[in-house]
Amino acid sequence: MSKFTKKKDAGLPPVNTASLPDIVFMLLFFFMTVTVMKDSSLKVENVLPNASETKKLEKKDRVIYIYVGAPTSQYKSQFGEEPKIQLNDKFADPSQVGDYILQERAKKPQELQNVLTTALKVDKNANMGLISDIKQELRKVNALKVNYTTYDGDAFNNLQ
Amino acid sequence: MPKRGAPPEVNAGSMADIAFLLLIFFLVTTTIETDAGLDRMLPPIEPPNEEPPIIKEKNIFTVNINRNGQLLVEDELTDIKSLREKAKAFLDNGGAPQGSPEYCSYCKGKRNPESSDNPAKAIISLKNDRETKYSTYITVQNELVGAYNELRNREAQRLYKRDFTDMEADYLNPETDSGTKEDLKEKVKRIQDLFPQKLSEAETESTN
Repeated sequence: MSKFTKKKDAGLPPVNTASLPDIVFMLLFFFMTVTVMKDSSLKVENVLPNASETKKLEKKDRVIYIYVGAPTSQYKSQFGEEPKIQLNDKFADPSQVGDYILQERAKKPQELQNVLTTALKVDKNANMGLISDIKQELRKVNALKVNYTTYDGDAFNNLQ
Repeated sequence: MPKRGAPPEVNAGSMADIAFLLLIFFLVTTTIETDAGLDRMLPPIEPPNEEPPIIKEKNIFTVNINRNGQLLVEDELTDIKSLREKAKAFLDNGGAPQGSPEYCSYCKGKRNPESSDNPAKAIISLKNDRETKYSTYITVQNELVGAYNELRNREAQRLYKRDFTDMEADYLNPETDSGTKEDLKEKVKRIQDLFPQKLSEAETESTN
């Protein structure tokens, strides 16, 4: 019997944690490779509408983003509650959209300059007037490929 | 002579902690989702001296959205839920008589001579008010694109036993190898030519 009692005294053997760093590193590398750093912080409300017939926006380097929406609570006192355009980190007028597109286009490598898409991330409560102004500006600078970025979902949910 | 053994081992006990720290940082900053949305082409600005082409009234399908989100389709107040069916019926009509060069052999519509001649001629014209809500506009766009996609899927199923949207997604996916891509390119092009997406967006009017 003494044999058994002795064993009990030793308690549970500790779990071997030698491979823990390896596992953690594996996870780390996974997240490092899939990470895309956020390049601009949103200053506008941006709840996108739903649509079902969407296409994926591949190749992030070929996309220029334009955000539209009402300023967030932080900026409301300064910029009012009407939907505004955000380019990079600044609020802008529709007339500045053309210059912004040209500027962004010039930053891209030569071979991509003709295949750029403009992604319009527009809050669902925005009015079409502003969007039409943006579209008109885009046409002026010949940036004709646009993508109305949406969430995947039933489009009829928008109407509520 | 001092005793020289192997160099002392570096204590790696805190490596896991450091790795965790980095891991948490990347976890927090990661956004994995890719954006998706409705792809559209804007019309180029026409030269001012050019005459607009003459299009027969019956080949135009007008959709008007007012500021309250109500739809006027072909001068008829329409519920947004029936827009897709109406658009499909218009595109798929194939009204040109048999034997004429414009005859549409693959159309399955009613062949009403009062509606569109063939899908290549059919144009959807979308007008909206400046105060229309963006979400309504997207819903309408979605339904119209959906109408095109359904018809294209039908033809793709008939010709290639595969959905058009599926083929197109594969074609646009950068991970597809180039051999398959070449093959798909032709098929996608062919289906697109059967039902070309002709969606004209007039400049918005404000109704005061």
